[in-house]
Amino acid sequence: MKKIISAVLITVMLMTALSFLTACSSYDNTLYVLNWGDYIKPSLIKQFEKETGYKVKYTTMTSNEEMMIKLRSEDCIYDLCFPSDYVIEKLIEEDLLAEINKDNIPNLSNIDPKFLELSNQFDEGCKYSVPYMWGTVGIVYNTELVKEPVDSWDILWDEKYSGQVLMYDSMRDSIGVTLIKLGYDMNTRNPEEVEAAAQALMAQKPIRMGFFGDDAKDTMISGQGALAVVYSGDAMLCCDPDEGNPNLAYVVPKEGSNVWFDNMIIPKTSTKKAMAEEFINFLCDAEVAKENTEYIGYSTPNMAALALMDESWTENPIYNPAQDVLDRCTIFHDLGDFLRVFEEAWNKVYFEN
Amino acid sequence: MKRKILAYPYIFVWLPIFVIVPMLFIAYYAFFDNGHFTLEFVKNLSDSMYWSVIARSAWMAVLATIICLIIGFPVAYMLSNMKKSVATMLSIFYILPMWMNALLRTYAWKVLLADGGLLSSLLGLFGIHAKLLYTQGAVLLGTVYNFLPFMIMPIYTTLMKLDRSHLEAARDLGANGVQTFFKVVLPLSVPGVISGVTMVLVPSMSTFAISKLLGGSNYALLGDLIEQKFMLSSTGYGMGSVLSLILLILVLISTAIMRRVEKDNGTEGGTLW
Repeated sequence: MKKIISAVLITVMLMTALSFLTACSSYDNTLYVLNWGDYIKPSLIKQFEKETGYKVKYTTMTSNEEMMIKLRSEDCIYDLCFPSDYVIEKLIEEDLLAEINKDNIPNLSNIDPKFLELSNQFDEGCKYSVPYMWGTVGIVYNTELVKEPVDSWDILWDEKYSGQVLMYDSMRDSIGVTLIKLGYDMNTRNPEEVEAAAQALMAQKPIRMGFFGDDAKDTMISGQGALAVVYSGDAMLCCDPDEGNPNLAYVVPKEGSNVWFDNMIIPKTSTKKAMAEEFINFLCDAEVAKENTEYIGYSTPNMAALALMDESWTENPIYNPAQDVLDRCTIFHDLGDFLRVFEEAWNKVYFEN
Repeated sequence: MKRKILAYPYIFVWLPIFVIVPMLFIAYYAFFDNGHFTLEFVKNLSDSMYWSVIARSAWMAVLATIICLIIGFPVAYMLSNMKKSVATMLSIFYILPMWMNALLRTYAWKVLLADGGLLSSLLGLFGIHAKLLYTQGAVLLGTVYNFLPFMIMPIYTTLMKLDRSHLEAARDLGANGVQTFFKVVLPLSVPGVISGVTMVLVPSMSTFAISKLLGGSNYALLGDLIEQKFMLSSTGYGMGSVLSLILLILVLISTAIMRRVEKDNGTEGGTLW
């Protein structure tokens, strides 16, 4: 009897030890990716896993601010993230990013040089980031409810549309749009201008349906709102002939707007830099980038991919806006300590009635 | 006496790790900035914005609790008067939705309340055209809906344990139905009501996400403010912690008031907590 028990015990111990070993080895080829929701074609992750034998552990976040907090934490496990322009500026300043070895990313040549130039504005020499997707911020509106032409941010304050205006639940975007409406710079460091924007947003309350995130597009598609501030990729979905609503249209107002730019970065804490670079290279592949951008609807900076796409994409003004639209848009810059003024203004808009 | 040992893991492992240490962290963040003691964050409370949010949250919580009590007590009373098997069945129906994630249930309300959704179409049939979603009423409804079972169950448990001979005695002594209810049933149910009120008041004071989903962020509460303080930037930890402490104080005060009421009423009938 004793023998049987000891035999069983030994087997159990061996199996646990073995499972530990396999667990460890599988841990070693797991790539931890932190990205926005709905921001990659899921089958591409599987394809990458199949091609390389790696495992990808994919986590999503809802805001740049949330990601920054995750990247700053000492036990940050992520190997690859997709933050926006101004965040990268800040992350570089805080020395949280690893320099990317360009030799491992031959597909970088697929990226349009004009976007690398844009990257240069927040990442000098493009040392830490590789362009992923870009887009504009504008207004999606329902032509059934809005009979007049829409070309200005002012319409978001028009009492005709009381209770039907959706703002974006993001500090930089909502305050930024308001600053432009008031004729100021989105990247202003003047507290009085930010205060004026806060006052304008508070005055907008009766007209506003609320602050929305990803659910803005569903609300607009179902026909509940008249006007909504959205990113161009969401607008693509809203105006999609199959999944969207045929009455919806998108415009980047004449006063200008934000052009945002999401990039791939590797945190300094990552122990699997080479693997992460392999994934970046994979995503820069023309065919992969084409599939990806057609799935998520945001514009690709990958000119090789763009060359493969048909006119329904390349001729679409939402997806591929004319140069004059881009000329009136600016990117967000990191505001440094002045961010506090924005945060206080945002708190006030949210909580003071 | 040996059974005491079973409590040791809770007292010496769970309590320190998951209750005491986190509390100390909150207190640390509230009073220290980069390792230096500071009252800076507490001083920020002079901003009236914070107090209007606190007042609004407290008011919404009280309102939700009163509505839960008004709906919950009769339900619990009816359940307690039914045949045991039927009552058990019905009470399962009240608990059943709680097996689903609260966020999902709140999303469901979003669909029901939307313009052109089920409820607004139904009201439209009667000629009533009202905006339902993204109003303060929607936030209140969501809170009541989410926490109602917490009111019903403790009251039901107390009423069920109520000694029927008390009722018979009241009848024998000539009290009619109404008198029996107000003189016997109601006083004896106080412990259940107290548990119910505490279990609804406390979570609805700290709730967040409901106001975001059903109020479109227009009626944001203290819970949302704390969330925003922590999520927006790492500089918000101090203020977020101060607000968390205030929430804690509010909870302690309301619990103390409940205890007081309970003591004044005696504790016959047994409480859940």
